[in-house]
Amino acid sequence: MRTVLLFAGMAGLVLLEGLTGGWNTALGIVNMGLISAVMALGVNMQWGYAGLFNTGVVGFVAMGGLAPVLISMPPVTQAWANGAPRMAAALAVAVGVVALAVVLYRRLTGRTRVLAMLAVLIGGFFLYRALFDPAVAAIEAVNPAAAGYLGGLGLPVLLSWPVGGLLAAGAAWIIAKTALGLRSDYLAIATLGIGEIIVSVLKNEDWLARGVKNVVGIPRPVPYEVALQSDTDFLARAAGLGIDPVTASTVWVKLLYAGLFLVVLLALIWLMERALNSPWGRMMRAIRDNEVAAEAMGKHVTRRHLQIFVLGGAVLGLAGAMMITLDGQMTPGSYTPLRFTFLIWVMVILGGSGNNWGAVLGGMLVWYLWIKVEPWGNSLMGFVTSGMTDGSALKAHLLDSAAHMRLLTMGVILLVVLRFSPRGLIPEK
Amino acid sequence: MDLLNAIVALANFVLIPATAYGAQLALGALGVTIIYGILRFSNFAHGDTMAFGTATVILVTWGFQAMGIGLGPLPTALLALPVGIALTSLLVLGTDRAVYRFYRKQKAAPVILVIVSMGVMFIMNGLTRFLIGVDEINFDDGTRFIINARDFKEATGLAEGLALRSTQVITVVTAVLVVAVLFWFLNRTRTGKSMRAFSDNEDLALLSGINPERVVVYAWLIATALATIAGTLYGLDKTFKVFNYFQLLLPIFAAAIVGGLGSPVGAIAGGFLIAFSEVGVTYAWKKVAGYALPEGLEPDGLLQLLSTEYKFAVSFVILIAVLLFKPTGLFKGKSV
Repeated sequence: MRTVLLFAGMAGLVLLEGLTGGWNTALGIVNMGLISAVMALGVNMQWGYAGLFNTGVVGFVAMGGLAPVLISMPPVTQAWANGAPRMAAALAVAVGVVALAVVLYRRLTGRTRVLAMLAVLIGGFFLYRALFDPAVAAIEAVNPAAAGYLGGLGLPVLLSWPVGGLLAAGAAWIIAKTALGLRSDYLAIATLGIGEIIVSVLKNEDWLARGVKNVVGIPRPVPYEVALQSDTDFLARAAGLGIDPVTASTVWVKLLYAGLFLVVLLALIWLMERALNSPWGRMMRAIRDNEVAAEAMGKHVTRRHLQIFVLGGAVLGLAGAMMITLDGQMTPGSYTPLRFTFLIWVMVILGGSGNNWGAVLGGMLVWYLWIKVEPWGNSLMGFVTSGMTDGSALKAHLLDSAAHMRLLTMGVILLVVLRFSPRGLIPEK
Repeated sequence: MDLLNAIVALANFVLIPATAYGAQLALGALGVTIIYGILRFSNFAHGDTMAFGTATVILVTWGFQAMGIGLGPLPTALLALPVGIALTSLLVLGTDRAVYRFYRKQKAAPVILVIVSMGVMFIMNGLTRFLIGVDEINFDDGTRFIINARDFKEATGLAEGLALRSTQVITVVTAVLVVAVLFWFLNRTRTGKSMRAFSDNEDLALLSGINPERVVVYAWLIATALATIAGTLYGLDKTFKVFNYFQLLLPIFAAAIVGGLGSPVGAIAGGFLIAFSEVGVTYAWKKVAGYALPEGLEPDGLLQLLSTEYKFAVSFVILIAVLLFKPTGLFKGKSV
């Protein structure tokens, strides 16, 4: 009952936005809200089901965002011909070296182990760089202004969503193999580092996705507004409804996106609810609530943690791919931890950790607030400063700082929820 | 082969910058480790405490500059430092009262406190942006160089110049002074001893009549002072930018954990270890190698192991290696 009411309230907020601010902005909030809800579901799996504290969310989202570029952009054939074999060789060497080091670590003991591992890792690093550097130079030399990277496979962009999940799951697996089993706050710091590293790789490896030069014009799964505006059928229908064609086309495109995202979200929730109410879900909760007892009952805690961490990572990657598809461009510079890690955490905590519907509500609501707090802050500051003389330094400063209200509000929301309602808006049953 | 020039280049590009950076990290890591020792959680808001502290110091510095008060060749910020520490302490102690104390009374799990510190981080970040904006600010108004590269070249006749900026010397001198006072406080005073006792064994400390709230207040005061000093020194040495302080969180945590959480000596050692590895791995060794190697063997490439953007990867790899192979850190820390 409470869930229904809260979701009705959320829908009311969106309706209000649509009536006062226009349907275009309202649907914009809904679309990003749906994606945020998927991200919140991913974090909720890791934290709410298993109690794993992941502060590298931004890294998984960015990893997923790579997929639309790699899958749907047209390939740069010249770069493939010049650099791809060498690049493949370099990456194969890197994987081989790490694998060899792991084997040596398992097989040997004592000083021989240390020396052998050092020799393999250092020698391997230089071998890798010897192959890697010329490959990068060859790829980035091809038409650097417009391409300078390998490009993608030229496949439909929707295919990149599961691929984004797989990429992020791969990253999560590597992290989990090294960092799970550490204490909770060590895991937090380790994942914080991983997040930073993945983002800096995306920013600097221009051969992969052009780095900070950005990839724009990623193909869409839905028609372009311009195409709709010259489509006679669409124009006739818009005229029939009495809407002007420009508004009609933008709203229709956003509605199509919203439909796609909603399908993904509902499918995910259905799967997750099924999982949570199965013996597997009960086992996960048992492990979260008392690891020692669960271990004594013969449950393999670290392996289950690995499983849920990888699954949660995959959901985050899926959301990342969806977001890049919606934006139509990949801008690695925009991945900041405050926006993509800690904001997602506020969503999960506010919504109710451990409850999927809570995470979804938290995702939508916090995104709505994130968008709306800035204009509210502006009008608040306008009101506060209305008595001051124009041109005074304080007035200008206060008006400028309204933009920073967002972070302040999010912090206050997080602290208030943790203090007075630690189980969130929709508590776990 | 020209060893003298090699040594000068090494000192100029690696040793001096890494020492200054290491001192800044060590001060930051000391703050993290003290909070961990007493309150038993990893304070994610530490980077933003540094940023807030530095922002107040900058504001006070501007005030002093406007009044015409200065320290001559030294940056005015040093004079503003005590005021900045006092103001930041007020905010931090207020946060402890309003936020952390509730969870301490509840004996909440450390991970809850970490999440709470995330909320505090948001608020402090917002407050700092509110106070001073997001732009880069350079507030160093002292003499820039103690040794100028060109003067050094003229005086010694070497091909390589050696520049020693005054902020680097100030950083190291201040850090040494602060650490000396801190260790004197922890080892010689009654309050310091009760803090160490509390950190070693909480129950035993409570039984011997140590007031936990008092210990906590002192821990916050020390951590705030260290954070403000570290932040100001970092800002003097480079420039002040809110986001950079948030990113310092990772190397600082790495330093504290590598040294052993809860161990002050470890935090200092960890700070320098991280700083030297970061600078060493991201520095292009071409110049030094060119001087140090015999004629004809000069390298063609830059000899840079990783580009500067990957400096976080360095602290991260060290962190993971230590956690996997020696989880309590190089100097035996604690793990709750």
